[in-house]
Amino acid sequence: MFEIALAVVVLGLAIWTIAVPDTYSATVGFIAYGLLVALIWVRLDAVDVALTEAAIGGGLGGVVLLGAAARLRGTEAMTNERPSLTVRLSAAALSASIAAALAVAILLPPNPAPTLAPEVVSNAGATGMANPVTNVLMAFRAMDTMLEKVVLLLAIVGVWSLASDQAWGGRPGPRHQADPNGVLAFLARLLPPAGIVVGIYILWTGADHPGGAFQGGAVLASMWLLVIMAGLMDTPPVRSRWLRLVLVAGPGLFLVVGLGGICFGSAFLAYPAAFAKPLILSIEAAMLLTIATTLGLLLAGAPERSAER
Amino acid sequence: MSVARDIITVAAVPAGVFFFFAGTVGLLRFPDTLTRLHALSKADNLGLGFVVLGLLPQTGGLRDGLKLISIWMFVLLAGATVSQLIARAARQSGSGR
Repeated sequence: MFEIALAVVVLGLAIWTIAVPDTYSATVGFIAYGLLVALIWVRLDAVDVALTEAAIGGGLGGVVLLGAAARLRGTEAMTNERPSLTVRLSAAALSASIAAALAVAILLPPNPAPTLAPEVVSNAGATGMANPVTNVLMAFRAMDTMLEKVVLLLAIVGVWSLASDQAWGGRPGPRHQADPNGVLAFLARLLPPAGIVVGIYILWTGADHPGGAFQGGAVLASMWLLVIMAGLMDTPPVRSRWLRLVLVAGPGLFLVVGLGGICFGSAFLAYPAAFAKPLILSIEAAMLLTIATTLGLLLAGAPERSAER
Repeated sequence: MSVARDIITVAAVPAGVFFFFAGTVGLLRFPDTLTRLHALSKADNLGLGFVVLGLLPQTGGLRDGLKLISIWMFVLLAGATVSQLIARAARQSGSGR
């Protein structure tokens, strides 16, 4: 009963998000959609995915889209013409055929469905960690996870490349001003101590329970952004050496451990059995810093001001 | 003992649902931003408080109970802050709607 209601609401919200004409309403609809999808992942017992969906789809992704909608607001009033019926119909047909292809792949699996789940469960003890998702991400498919972090690095390079020549190397985003005695500054002083503890807890508990570097990093990034938006801190200039070191720390350490696997183990990214857990935890700790910094900088945007101001 | 716990849950959770319902009705029916905020923030804080109160007897131990209470405290903090910010934005934009 609850599942049916949830599915109906999510579908209705998705259609509304597509149909509503103005960008701001569509963004708000999409954020609510992300939170409800997180609820669906919880109902499917995929708590790891739900945490990521809530943090990225509902939280940080929503803030990025809201920022984009705020920037587009000025141009939106001028461009009133809508795309022609043919363009809209072909976009709808393309989207519908992608949805149909996904539906076929999910609803008509070969019987028995190909799965590696039993092997994951039977090898769970190999790394000393009990959370199967962390095992898959950090050990059994470590290559994918490492390349994901390189993609994050490429994303930040892409955002920075939008900077103008004068602003290159400077600070991203506008300087936020807020009333120092106001409620936002109060929250930005009160919440981060608790938020930082929660972020690190989510990383630490990821070894045995749902959690991990990405979810914890998203929490830390939001705390950092709260402090920046309250005007208590400025974004760091992108030319600073420590910032770039933090940005490459996660994928860099991952790569070093992977190469160590060639020298001392059997293959690239093969952990020596005795050190598997400490190695994975140190990679995750470095990745936590990298992910938090990358997500925060992605939201702050391209450098706009010189470092001095 | 477990009957007493169940009675607390059965009494408190519907009370919370009632306040959520009242807040939502206020959101839909009240005429301008400030009165809608008034309906939402007060009713939802109290509603979540009752739901947490109703769930406390069902938790496995002190740890889970403290987690539930801290979730409520964080929602109170975030809700109060966001309500203040929305109210200020509404007053500055001057529309009040």
